[in-house]
Amino acid sequence: MPHINLPSEFPGIRSLFMFRPETAKPLNDLVQTMLHNPHPSLSAGERELIAAYVSDLNTCKYCCNIHGAIAKHQLGNDGDTVKQVLTDPETAPITDKMKALLKIAAKVQSGGKNVSPADIELARGEGASDIDIHDTVLIAAAFCMYNRYVDGLATWQPDDEALYDKMGEQRAREGYHTPPFKVNREEAVSSEVSTQQYNN
Amino acid sequence: MAHIKLHNEELPGIVGLLNYRPETGKALTDLAEVLLRGPSTLSSGEREIIAASVSFWNGCHFCHTSHAAAAAAHLKTGISLIDDIKAGLPNTLVSDKLRALLHIAHQVQRNGKNVTGEDIKWARDLGATDLEIHDTVLIAAAFCMYNRYVDGLGTWAPGPKEAYTEMGERMAHVGYGKF
Repeated sequence: MPHINLPSEFPGIRSLFMFRPETAKPLNDLVQTMLHNPHPSLSAGERELIAAYVSDLNTCKYCCNIHGAIAKHQLGNDGDTVKQVLTDPETAPITDKMKALLKIAAKVQSGGKNVSPADIELARGEGASDIDIHDTVLIAAAFCMYNRYVDGLATWQPDDEALYDKMGEQRAREGYHTPPFKVNREEAVSSEVSTQQYNN
Repeated sequence: MAHIKLHNEELPGIVGLLNYRPETGKALTDLAEVLLRGPSTLSSGEREIIAASVSFWNGCHFCHTSHAAAAAAHLKTGISLIDDIKAGLPNTLVSDKLRALLHIAHQVQRNGKNVTGEDIKWARDLGATDLEIHDTVLIAAAFCMYNRYVDGLGTWAPGPKEAYTEMGERMAHVGYGKF
């Protein structure tokens, strides 16, 4: 049960956005700019991987699953790469630049001061630009916020992989500013599970 | 020196970063403005105390000192408040409700999952509303972002607390994203 009275038809951060539209606006503007809008040198899929990876380090189930699903769709339906990044970035099929940026992201997650000049040099050596480094640090920092917000108020975080996939597909296509669809807690979850079994 | 080449190296802390990347800077200052200065049943002084306390627990000198200076500007306490926040406010008259909300903020600072039903009940029994609990959690979470952003890019910060008095006055009375 959430710590405060939240609308029950929306999971995770979406229930908080409905509860407090005044803060939802800048929070959504920030994630749209960081992860979805055009970027000179990091793809949307790569930026979503950073978000999912940091959310996993913070053990935030909702954020890790939804951004993992968005990453999958941004990467051309490649869920395998997402899983491998969450397991071990070093052996995942991503660029060396991304591996170096994920190291910086992990340092930021454990504390901003933990980022060392050597971490920055490693990323630069793999071709990371100042904007890449800036945005990696900000994405990692921002997910230390979103994760704490979602967990700190004990929001509803479904266990249904097919539901995250459907929500992730919508966000990958539309970005963050369109309204979310309602989720009926009992019925939708069971029908989603049966749809998934059907597809398999 | 910051880890990246900023457009203006003289701007301290987050100010240089907001100037470097205005696309993200806009949302970051809009969030601070609504959280710390928007309409609320918590005073701006109380909300700045939460922001400064979380920043101190995260070891972010720039954010702790500047937001404590902003709290001092709102509450007209003088800059001794900056050190009093570090000590857990032994010399500042604050409500028991704010102390319960600060406890929730401290739990959030460690990890969101650390907030327990008992922590919430304590705050509620002292009169905290859902909106006040929500805003406390979000302020604490947001400063876990701002602090990591400022320190993760190795920005510079003025040392002595006296250097933050004027900045605190502007944060309190002019606002965020407006100077």
